[in-house]
Amino acid sequence: MNQSTSGSSITSGVRTQQVKKTDKSPGTRIQPQLTMSSGLRVFRAGVALVLMCNFYTSTEDSLPELSPQQYFSSLQPGKASLAYFCQDGSLSNSLFLEELKEAIRPLQDYGISVAKVTCVKEEASRYCGEEESLMKAYLFRGSILLREFPTDILFDVNAIIAHVLFALLFNEVKYITTLEDLHSIENSLKGKSNMIFSYVEAIGTPEHRAVMEAAFVYGTSYQFALTTEIALLEDVGSENIEHAHLYFFHCKVVSDVTEHCRRTLMGPPLAAVEVHKFVKTMEAPLLTEVAEDPQLVSTIHLQLGLPLVFIISQRATHEADRRTAEWVAWQLLGKAGVLLLMRDSADVNIPQHANVAFRRAEKDAPVEFQVLNDVELIISHVKNNLYFEEIQEDEGEDMEGPDLAVEDDEVAGTVYRDRKRPLPLGLLVELTEETFNTTVMASDTLVLFYATWHAVSMAFLQSYTDVAVKLKGRSTILLTRINCADWSDVCTKQNVTAFPMVKLYKEGESPVSYAGMLGSKDLLTFIQLNKISSPVNIASIQEAEKYLRGELYKDLFSFSSVSVLGLFTPAMTSAKECFQKAGKQLRGSVLTGVYSEDDAWILSNKYATTLPALLLARPKEGRIESVPLDTTPVQDMVQILANAPLEAFPEITVENLPTYLRFQRPLLILFSDGSINPQYRNIVLALVRQKQLDLFTPCWLNLKNTPVGRGVLKAYFGRLPTLPQLLLVNLHSGGQVYAFPSSQPLTEQSLVLWLKNSQAGLENPIILSAQEWSPPLPAFDFLSMMDVPTSRAPTKKVLECQKEAEVQERAGQQPGDKSTTRREPVEVLRIKHWNRSNRPKESREPFHHDKEL
Amino acid sequence: SRPHRDYCVLGAGPAGLQMAALLHRAGRDYEVFERESAPGSFFTRYPRHRKLISINKRYTGKANAEFNLRHDWNSLLSDDPHLLFRHYSQAYFPDASDMVRYLGDFAQRLGLRVLYNTNITHVTLDKDPQAWNGHYFILRDQKGQVYQCSVLLVATGLAVPKLVDFPGSEYVEGYESVSVDPEDFVGQNVLILGHGNSAFETAENILGVTNFVHMLSRSRVRLSWATHYVGDVRAINNGLLDTYQLKSLDGLLESDLEYLALVKDSKGKFHITLKFLLENSSNQSADSIPLPQDDNDNFAMRVAYDRVIRCLGWKFDFSIFNQSLRLSSGTEFSKKYPLIKASYESKGSRGLFILGTASHSVDYRKSAGGFIHGFRYTVRAVHRLLEHRHHGITWPSTQYPITQLTSSIIRRVNEASGLYQMFSVLADIILLKENATAFEYLEEFPIQMLAQLEMLTGRTARHGIFVINMEYGKNFSGPEKDVFYYDRSVAHIEDAWMSNFLHPVIYYYRHLPTEQDMRFRPAQWPLPRPVAIHHIVEDFLTDWTAPVGHILPLRRFLENCLDTDLRSFYAESCFLFTLTRQKLPPFCQQGYLRMQGLSSTKSLRQHGVESRLLQDYTAMENSSRWLDDHSSAPGPLTQFLDSNREEL
Repeated sequence: MNQSTSGSSITSGVRTQQVKKTDKSPGTRIQPQLTMSSGLRVFRAGVALVLMCNFYTSTEDSLPELSPQQYFSSLQPGKASLAYFCQDGSLSNSLFLEELKEAIRPLQDYGISVAKVTCVKEEASRYCGEEESLMKAYLFRGSILLREFPTDILFDVNAIIAHVLFALLFNEVKYITTLEDLHSIENSLKGKSNMIFSYVEAIGTPEHRAVMEAAFVYGTSYQFALTTEIALLEDVGSENIEHAHLYFFHCKVVSDVTEHCRRTLMGPPLAAVEVHKFVKTMEAPLLTEVAEDPQLVSTIHLQLGLPLVFIISQRATHEADRRTAEWVAWQLLGKAGVLLLMRDSADVNIPQHANVAFRRAEKDAPVEFQVLNDVELIISHVKNNLYFEEIQEDEGEDMEGPDLAVEDDEVAGTVYRDRKRPLPLGLLVELTEETFNTTVMASDTLVLFYATWHAVSMAFLQSYTDVAVKLKGRSTILLTRINCADWSDVCTKQNVTAFPMVKLYKEGESPVSYAGMLGSKDLLTFIQLNKISSPVNIASIQEAEKYLRGELYKDLFSFSSVSVLGLFTPAMTSAKECFQKAGKQLRGSVLTGVYSEDDAWILSNKYATTLPALLLARPKEGRIESVPLDTTPVQDMVQILANAPLEAFPEITVENLPTYLRFQRPLLILFSDGSINPQYRNIVLALVRQKQLDLFTPCWLNLKNTPVGRGVLKAYFGRLPTLPQLLLVNLHSGGQVYAFPSSQPLTEQSLVLWLKNSQAGLENPIILSAQEWSPPLPAFDFLSMMDVPTSRAPTKKVLECQKEAEVQERAGQQPGDKSTTRREPVEVLRIKHWNRSNRPKESREPFHHDKEL
Repeated sequence: SRPHRDYCVLGAGPAGLQMAALLHRAGRDYEVFERESAPGSFFTRYPRHRKLISINKRYTGKANAEFNLRHDWNSLLSDDPHLLFRHYSQAYFPDASDMVRYLGDFAQRLGLRVLYNTNITHVTLDKDPQAWNGHYFILRDQKGQVYQCSVLLVATGLAVPKLVDFPGSEYVEGYESVSVDPEDFVGQNVLILGHGNSAFETAENILGVTNFVHMLSRSRVRLSWATHYVGDVRAINNGLLDTYQLKSLDGLLESDLEYLALVKDSKGKFHITLKFLLENSSNQSADSIPLPQDDNDNFAMRVAYDRVIRCLGWKFDFSIFNQSLRLSSGTEFSKKYPLIKASYESKGSRGLFILGTASHSVDYRKSAGGFIHGFRYTVRAVHRLLEHRHHGITWPSTQYPITQLTSSIIRRVNEASGLYQMFSVLADIILLKENATAFEYLEEFPIQMLAQLEMLTGRTARHGIFVINMEYGKNFSGPEKDVFYYDRSVAHIEDAWMSNFLHPVIYYYRHLPTEQDMRFRPAQWPLPRPVAIHHIVEDFLTDWTAPVGHILPLRRFLENCLDTDLRSFYAESCFLFTLTRQKLPPFCQQGYLRMQGLSSTKSLRQHGVESRLLQDYTAMENSSRWLDDHSSAPGPLTQFLDSNREEL
């Protein structure tokens, strides 16, 4: 123990006055009585504190009033005592005495007695002083003087207790001012002990008292470090330094001196009860493995009012899950207990696909099982659901509420971050009010209507620029743009009411609005397919044959896998007109041609159809199929043409999924990591031909082409299953997902049987969430703010600053301490605040420090 | 026998021509009656010193024509970009003759039907059940010609100078006739009655050559930059404030003119005395009349004045309107204006509308309704009301999917000039559709008629509305306000409700407020208490397009009102949501599912992954059940729970 050493050093450094009577009996060690129960047993010598004061008549007798003789004779060796010496008959210091009376009981709890010592005029004691202005309080241990205090720094009960404990624990609590000091202590503790580091605004504040009380309890278990230097806290990486901070440095587990101690910031405001809770959670095991009913598990966290988070694991993924759980545990340290729940051994019924469970601290709170795709969601779930009660501060805003200024819109956030990257806009002619009409009439023109403040517009502008780069020098269509934020009238006249919009202007034709994906690939297809008219006029049988083989307009077939040829006799004018209208309506998305000569019957005979008819040609596959038209109206014809590119067993991508969802049929989807096994393709196609899959949309997904498919699978199973995996996904009624059993071989018979069982409800499905899309975060409630009759914020901040200045002045008057508080001017603070609030902040946790010390 | 018009417009000034242009484009049957031989006759005479105080700001750094109208206070609304005032004058404060030329061109180029040299001297009412409003307005001109009108639009402005009536008022010269040549005031003591712009304009003209100028009015001077009201004293005219406060002999005084009397002495000079002193005097000799300084030798106006000039403004000419029209003035506060509803229709006669300067009672001392850059919008609002009432054409609106809600508001608050100039008088209205899947956007509706919105516009407001208004801070305008104090500007988005400068305010109501709600709304509120309110924080540049400071808080407000998620998503995210949830956010429903999803680019995706807004699925591991596997120290940190119960 350092006790005797520190005592000795204090003795050698302080001149003391010998009392007349020396108590030579051995000292008695007294156990302090704490208001908080503690697992630690602390024996600590008491200290006496002496105060000098004016004579004061009190209705209560709790403050003993003694003469100097009486007082010094009552001192016990090793026991702390605080005494206030006052002159008999002089002016009273009633405010101070009121505060001192309040401090008696807590100080007694720490084994420190308090007394008022009345000096008569002729008293010769050195502590009585010669002038009234020199009245002071004195702290004794036994008869040894430890510290004297001017009464003006003991301005309230918190200041009294804080200063007294600080004097007593001067060696247990190291006061530091620089980052080097902190590093030095940190290095000395690595592998040995943990540290509790605190920042308080000034010595003597309520937060300072809380820290000292904690040090009194835990000073033998942890090294305490204290600072009032705000710059030091900033070096540690804290922001929003407007209140006291307390960090737990996990140095004991650090074996390598080159490794940094992990740090956990205490979330609640710095108060004694909260510090106690916090330290208890630091002492608890980081992660615990359990194999029993989570409803029955009990840990110290529940007793401290913190929730429990169960990471559900199984033997197969135990190691990876444990690493994940440890990461979560570090993130939630001090906020929740984290346990690893083994599914295999637990007797309790755990939902099949649940991967996490939560349990509140309230008695008999039920266990909530969840499926969360992202470990970050666990963190936010604990925080957002306020599993632990927030302690409302008396003033100021709730610093722990959600930060409404965090950009959570992925388009707006990414566009904002990319805002300074220059785009090759020179390839796009910028149109104005004066140049719009002349430009679109002079040549075939593609116009992007956008607004510079519109995030989706600016995201698409990048794709539009990519198209311009690809087409540079190789296109007859002029690519242009017009900023509707500048030329609002032009956009209004062109019937542009929403951004972004792309229109194609061709001479002599009405403008065509682009209705495809807002991306470079589909836009490029639209541009290329609009090089020719829609439908294009085919002049001869030979030309028609070339068209069907993909040799006519060969370059266009790289943009469209299917082409449609309409066959008519010259007399079939109404049917031909219907086809031409449909083709015009779908220009840019379907490649269409029309042949209407007398010898059209030759082609209809060849492809076994009757006129009028459509021929759907897939040159890459060497297939041509025919569709008789008879009396099909325009809208049905449009539908036939729009469905022409669809396949019987398509590869589903991000781009084409909406196309296939229009059929409103469950997706029979085969997930594959790479190309699909031809055997599976043949099985599905055989069933399609047998009309056994008419109720479904059979398709497959290549994770190589569509990596987001991994996210889909993890959402279903919590992990990536063995591939390939066949699923039946019913998105339109019920949200059921059925998984083909991996233990079964995939054959036509087993597939058909499985589908029947799924439809009959004999298979156990995963049910997709039906949760509504609610606001991700609340908004500012200005209505409530406007109701509160409050002074304006700038005035409030000025008042706060003044209050801080007062505290600083009082604390600064204590001689011998290194307590100095540096407050930055209000202007600087506002500038900092302004900068932060105008920058999109990270969506990650504020405690996740990447900064290296 | 007598010519009939559906619409009759009295006066070919700015307001009359604005209404004529709108009626003309709509193909209506209308006629404008102008007393003089050319449009804009008021401006051939006024202002007397020929300098307009409506600004002609030709350069703003922006190309947006609608935005630029915010700072063009002289143009009328039309489709012809050549008919903008910037082509008629290069001066920031233009000459009044430019306005006359402008208005003449406006009428001629648009082919407006104006009957010149026609002075309507009498208007009366003729009841007729067949008429649109149950009566016709019968107009008679100076030659006895009679006209019949279904709707009467009075745009005569304030044509009658305000006079004074106290003993000696016959000696007072008027603003309308006083000399504008400073040489006529050399070495004179001048008293000007009035504290308005015409008074200060007159003082500005002569203060360099007079001995001194004193200005007397009932109320204290109101500076426009303190009240934020364009009708108060403009800085261009306030030179006398400088000479007054810097002790250069000029000065301001306050007194009620009713108590005064003017006495002319034997030398032709004028003395100010009190009326009761004059009445109590039995002696008729001017030199022996008691003066206030006889009792109080420190009386401020004891000096003899060479000239006294009345500059008290104008009031509406009620004389030509027969009693049957029941066109009367308002309360004591606004005696100079006719009594009208917030829809600018007379309270006494249906179908009679007051346009232009005379309609300023609706927003007196608040917005710009008494000036061209205000009433050009209110005239348009009246025209829209008439189109619906008499021609079945509903108020113009645009329909949008809900995903455009944030964008449509941002667009309007950044460019709309009507919202900006007629703040708290005209507001945009958003009518939500069922289940908040779409909305209808109405522009610049008269805010005080909100309870009658459905009747006046032909639109239905059944599923909730937003009102987009522009407002100053509640305690930031007033003649005694210090508008330059430190901390006057608000920059933090959480303090947006304390914004002082003009800023957008959005009100959300689940139902259309009733007339009772409108009548009993809280004091100083332009609208009843809403379910929720949002302030977009004031902006020094009046540019509310900052992604984090302006657009993000607005989106959050709208989301929470509609209880939905209005974020935008890339197609990849929509793909994931489609396959893993039964419901999709509106952006994915309106875009991706309609095959119009938004692709990301390599650069944008990289930013998304770095900021954790997007996932990088190509790097996903196979062995962990979690999307992000974080390695940490193995082993010793894990303990097995069997009897790990701790007691406090």
